[in-house]
Amino acid sequence: MGMTMTQKILAAHAGLDHVEAGQLIQAKLDVVLGNDITTAVAIREFAKTGAKEVFDKDKVVIVLDHFTPNKDIKAAEQCKASRTFAWEKGITHFYDVGTMGIEHALLPEQGIVAPGEVIIGADSHTCTYGALGAFSTGIGSTDMAIGMATGETWFKVPSAIRFILTGKPAKWVSGKDIILHIIGMIGVDGARYRSMEFTGDGIQYLSMDNRLTIANMAIEAGAKNGIFPVDDITLAYVKVHTKKPVRVFEADPDAQYDETYTIDLSTLRPTVAYPHLPENTKTIDAAEQDHVVIDQAVIGSCTNGRLEDMKIAASILRGKKVNPRVRTIVIPGTQQIYLDCVRLGYVEDIVKAGAIFSTPTCGPCLGGHMGILAAGERAISTTNRNFVGRMGATTSEVYLASPAVAAASALAGYIVDPEKMAGGEN
Amino acid sequence: MMEMKAKGNVFRFGDNIDTDVIIPARYLNVSSGEELAKYCMIDIDPEFVHKIHKNDIIVAGKNFGCGSSREHAPLCIKCAGISCIIAENFARIFYRNAINIGMPILECPEAAKEIQEGDSVSVDFSTGVITDENTGKTYQAQPFPPFMQELMQQGGLVEYTKKKLQKK
Ligand code: SF4
Repeated sequence: MGMTMTQKILAAHAGLDHVEAGQLIQAKLDVVLGNDITTAVAIREFAKTGAKEVFDKDKVVIVLDHFTPNKDIKAAEQCKASRTFAWEKGITHFYDVGTMGIEHALLPEQGIVAPGEVIIGADSHTCTYGALGAFSTGIGSTDMAIGMATGETWFKVPSAIRFILTGKPAKWVSGKDIILHIIGMIGVDGARYRSMEFTGDGIQYLSMDNRLTIANMAIEAGAKNGIFPVDDITLAYVKVHTKKPVRVFEADPDAQYDETYTIDLSTLRPTVAYPHLPENTKTIDAAEQDHVVIDQAVIGSCTNGRLEDMKIAASILRGKKVNPRVRTIVIPGTQQIYLDCVRLGYVEDIVKAGAIFSTPTCGPCLGGHMGILAAGERAISTTNRNFVGRMGATTSEVYLASPAVAAASALAGYIVDPEKMAGGEN
Repeated sequence: MMEMKAKGNVFRFGDNIDTDVIIPARYLNVSSGEELAKYCMIDIDPEFVHKIHKNDIIVAGKNFGCGSSREHAPLCIKCAGISCIIAENFARIFYRNAINIGMPILECPEAAKEIQEGDSVSVDFSTGVITDENTGKTYQAQPFPPFMQELMQQGGLVEYTKKKLQKK
């Protein structure tokens, strides 16, 4: 029986010719990642193992991004602990204020992850790197500790759901709309424990930034990982970004899938997920009928804080003013994206429109800082979760959408189709 | 080594209980289990930690623990004194984290549907048998797979790895 793309990568890293869904394997790790919240716990567990050094200084990555620049004294203490650990152990890839970005925007950009690798990260959105054709998945702090100590971890080999994407998406339909549509279709546990494998001729229309957005939210469908095949777009991206070897794995023609969905991208509309689950999706047309008035718009995060996202936001805001009742917060994913936004004039477009442009941070995405909601307030956000209390008070509400919808809604003051606010240029 | 049996009163929760309501991010600027336990379930039931007694049991619907990878979620439940979580099923990372830190969890759709709030329930982890002492009914949950039983028996992943590293 054939193997899926995910299964092939796992087999290769377990030193096996063949693996099957459900099999428990021990796999070698190419990258072990942690952030300021999860590393704090992991270093405590690491010490308990008795290990003195990490298995490979070049393969452990620590990014301080959630509560940085440190939002309060406790967060500062927590970051200090990770910082001290990183310095003591001589971690090559350690990112702090001045070099840091949101981990999942940073790692592909800096070439720390490559196609065909096995990557674990103590952050659920580690699944993002599946966009490059790697197997990457979120794990907890204890797993991170053991990964750092041994360079290996155990996995249960997942079965897969295949999504055949066909057709070309319309102008305002982005990777975010595609993944929200899929989560709306299969539910927040629709892919629980399984891989989501994206294929089909429609992926030729999806840039790397769009693929990263889609893979990023595989976890919101409960998936273990989301993965794209390696094609010309991938190869062009890695050529610019990484010096690591590229290993290309392909699903066998006779690979088994639990389910297969075919989605014609040309039929999709911009999509919004209503509180309090990412599966509560409506098309922009239905959302407009509800006239959802917003208090805040957030454009950023590991889902939509990349250069293309900034470009769309800037193009919609350019020469206009955001609604005076909407606090509009734009957060680039990394220092490099920040610089590119300065160079390309996006920062000026955004700030002149009455929005703010922040240093890279997770910030409001997880209700950390930089834009917390009061009771009863509503935000449109390009982030990935709209759980109860995610961005602040338990009675606040988060509506998930693309950068285009968020920027257009910031101008209008309520959730609106970008087509209506864009003034024709993009 | 973990205790292979548990007994306590049940607190019920619904489907898709996410890690943000189990332990909201605003409390994640500390990492000690005892500190985190004070806020366990605060965004879904602010009184929860005041109502529970040691060894009580959580029964929930599907996809318990979905969302973030924060190990703080099973850790705060464990440190709050909960002896076991029974759910229709669990989100993947939560499941893994719970096993790794020795927080006993069982998947059992029938038990998750039928057991009522306040019932006294006993659980045998080695066999996977759950008994509702109010109704007398027993349920068979999947016991831990052998690989995980080994991990649990050695006191969790850290101890297991420590022994392995010492052998090298
Ligand atoms: S941006 Fe949000 S979802 Fe992404 S890593 Fe940061 S907190 Fe997590």
